[in-house]
Amino acid sequence: MYEVLSSFAQTGGLIYFVVMFGCALAYALWPSNKSKFDDAAQLPLSDKGPHHD
Amino acid sequence: MVQTHAYNYRDNTSLYLVSGALVFFLSLALLIARYAADQAMEVQSWTFIGLAMAFLLGTIFWASNNADRNPFDEAEYEDTIVKWGVIASVFWGLAGLLVGLIIALQLTFPNIFYFPELGWTNFGRLRPLHTSAVIFAFGGNVLIATSFYVVQRTCRTRLAGGMWPWFVFWGYQIFIVLAATGYLVGVTQSKEYAEPEWYVDWWLTLVWVGYLLVFLGTLWKRKEPHIYVANWFYLSFIVTIAMLHIVNNLSVPVSLTGSKSVQVFAGVQDAMTQWWYGHNAVGFFLTTGFLAIMYYFIPKRVNRPVYSYRLSIVHFWSLIFIYIWAGPHHLHYTALPQWAQTLGMAFSIMLWMPSWGGMINGVMTLSGAWDKLRTDPVVRMMVVSLAFYGMATFEGPLMSVRAVNALSHYTEWGIGHVHSGALGWVGYISFGALYCLAPWLWKRKDLYSNNLVEWHFWISTVGILFYMISMWFAGITEGLMWRAYNEFGFLEYSFVETVEAKHISYMIRALGGGLYFIGAVIMAYNLCRTALGHGEARDEVSATPQNDIHSTLQPAE
Amino acid sequence: MGLMNNHGVLERHSLLLTVGILVVVSIGGIIQMAPLMYMDNTIEKVDGMRPYTPLELLGRDIYVREGCYVCHSQMVRPLRDEVERYGHYSLAAESMYDHPFQWGSKRTGPDLARVGGKYSVTWQVDHLKDPRALVPESVMPPYAFLAEKPLRTKDISARLRTERLVGVPYTDGMIENAEAHLLAQADPEGRGFEFVDDLVSAYAEAAGREGSFELRDFDGDPERVTEMDALVAYLQMTGTLVDFSTYEADDLENRR
Repeated sequence: MYEVLSSFAQTGGLIYFVVMFGCALAYALWPSNKSKFDDAAQLPLSDKGPHHD
Repeated sequence: MVQTHAYNYRDNTSLYLVSGALVFFLSLALLIARYAADQAMEVQSWTFIGLAMAFLLGTIFWASNNADRNPFDEAEYEDTIVKWGVIASVFWGLAGLLVGLIIALQLTFPNIFYFPELGWTNFGRLRPLHTSAVIFAFGGNVLIATSFYVVQRTCRTRLAGGMWPWFVFWGYQIFIVLAATGYLVGVTQSKEYAEPEWYVDWWLTLVWVGYLLVFLGTLWKRKEPHIYVANWFYLSFIVTIAMLHIVNNLSVPVSLTGSKSVQVFAGVQDAMTQWWYGHNAVGFFLTTGFLAIMYYFIPKRVNRPVYSYRLSIVHFWSLIFIYIWAGPHHLHYTALPQWAQTLGMAFSIMLWMPSWGGMINGVMTLSGAWDKLRTDPVVRMMVVSLAFYGMATFEGPLMSVRAVNALSHYTEWGIGHVHSGALGWVGYISFGALYCLAPWLWKRKDLYSNNLVEWHFWISTVGILFYMISMWFAGITEGLMWRAYNEFGFLEYSFVETVEAKHISYMIRALGGGLYFIGAVIMAYNLCRTALGHGEARDEVSATPQNDIHSTLQPAE
Repeated sequence: MGLMNNHGVLERHSLLLTVGILVVVSIGGIIQMAPLMYMDNTIEKVDGMRPYTPLELLGRDIYVREGCYVCHSQMVRPLRDEVERYGHYSLAAESMYDHPFQWGSKRTGPDLARVGGKYSVTWQVDHLKDPRALVPESVMPPYAFLAEKPLRTKDISARLRTERLVGVPYTDGMIENAEAHLLAQADPEGRGFEFVDDLVSAYAEAAGREGSFELRDFDGDPERVTEMDALVAYLQMTGTLVDFSTYEADDLENRR
């Protein structure tokens, strides 16, 4: 069991990382997300008070 | 101004719940104090009782004084708690730095700064006090205060939970005092940066869950469609610290009324768990939390959006992914299996990239406004913090390489490395945030004195340089002396000769720490005068959030 | 109110984010740490490891309480200079009963993994009381007060029982007689006399050999059992349990 798990940690870990990184990259660079991110980037700059309804 | 009574309806539920929780824990503490199995536990219980009692009475007094208004008015941001957070940060910052200076002097002049009759002032008890005070008391309060400020602004809604944020804030201060006084009376489980014993761990867990719920609750009622990236960093800090804290502190108390507990893990497993925790306390407490500050305060201060929002997303996911694997580099050449050491080393080297990605993102936010580096000392402080961040995150991967680690581990080089990150990165980004917050919160036009910020900046920077260079020198010197052989093939130096060799370095280090402390005192003075509205801070800013309430419409409406 | 309709989406996003963070940070940790939890199979069985005697255990508690780990490591690395300076490199099995481990992270003072027997008991006591009287360049704090404080032994049986709960193989006899065993080790000719045989046989059986600890007054004050007695008893035992004159590494991990 120990051998199986420890060899998985070394190989699986890297594969897991590559997949994860690919997903994050795809999400960040996806063209249709651009306007969403542009909006979000402006959030700290507004000085508006709390909105409530 | 149209005010429907729906605004002013005062919901007291959270007030009663928090008071009820306090009464419950007070009774529990009284029971423990009555049946305490050891003296330390008795002291700790009474400390808790005193503090919780003060909190409860304060709450009752405050609630009855505010009977005619709604203290949880959704039309206003909860800024009072952020003010308290600023005050607590400055207070604990000074305390933690002072203890650091004292222990630096103890190692430099042991004959003067050790007192044989006062065992509780020995280095072994004060060092955990120093590390906990600067990391958890100062850093933790800065993170709680800024996260409460930022999440409200970027979600455009008041902090969720009514009284519960106050439970988080005062509960956290109680945690700090219990931990700190515990070390002095000898309560510790000896796991670095997780020294408090089981009952303090439980209390912190409770407070931390409250923190998570307040933060999530605020995100849930946000009036903006997006969750700004700073909140991602705050959220990962809160969630991950909860996980690390619970796993690393798994222990069985010897008695439910005693202070001592026994760790569940032993030996290799415990070492791995501890450094998984220890490294990620750096990663998620001292890095992601303060990166959140960077992602809000730098854009806000220079009034331009972050350089690349896309980069910030890649930065976020790769940073939190990679950090979690890097712990074993603290255990090179130990009895930890070598595959785990290698894995830790590989991920530590990879960590360099997201760290620098984040640093570049922060620095480049200034593009087009580089003159602010010259004109605004607060901006300069925050940008220099990123330079130190870049330096520390380059040095870290370097030290995680096994061959380098063989020399650097166990030496002062490690201390120097930690402090370039702690004083340079965490300290400066925090000071920058505090300098921003004071005029914003107390509605002042400016800080009391920008000149004093200049003084703070230069004195501290010289202090950091003294600190880092002396510790590099001491660390490499002792590392080389430990492994030096003479011509006959024997070890050249006895251990104590390597201690003696560091004496001058220790003096310079204490001087550096002293300068850094003086800088912080100047800051405390400046912030006090700012809050009081003296000097350049004299004029009040008239803009109040109320003006905007009805003029702001959501796209969804 | 348009916003209210979207509320579910907003909540979902932040929960999704929370879950995403948790997945990313927990899976890494699990993959990396889980194998070690199965390491029992591969921690090489070495002869001589036994649970701490009650006096040593309380001494170790004082070591922890005073924060000795802050300046002293207990982990000899397999590097030539360390092995020559401190002794055989540390094995995983040597800290298998350490809840928590005391490997440390800094050597402001020397490594203590094998300090046991390196100095005399008197030297240790004198040095702890006033380090600079013996080593003028030392920066170690003075611990004279330990010799003034009587050792607190009240709940020592409960203490051992908790250790057993987390996997240290204390026997029923060791737990029941813990306080007597403690006296037997610290005052073998006086108050603990009648329990000496029981103590010796119980821990000899666990270690597989006799003579793995000293029975004596440690702090020079036979009248009282002080914290100094306990701490020095612990220090004099550290790293001495495994007999390295007969040890040969079977496991690859230990051939370092």
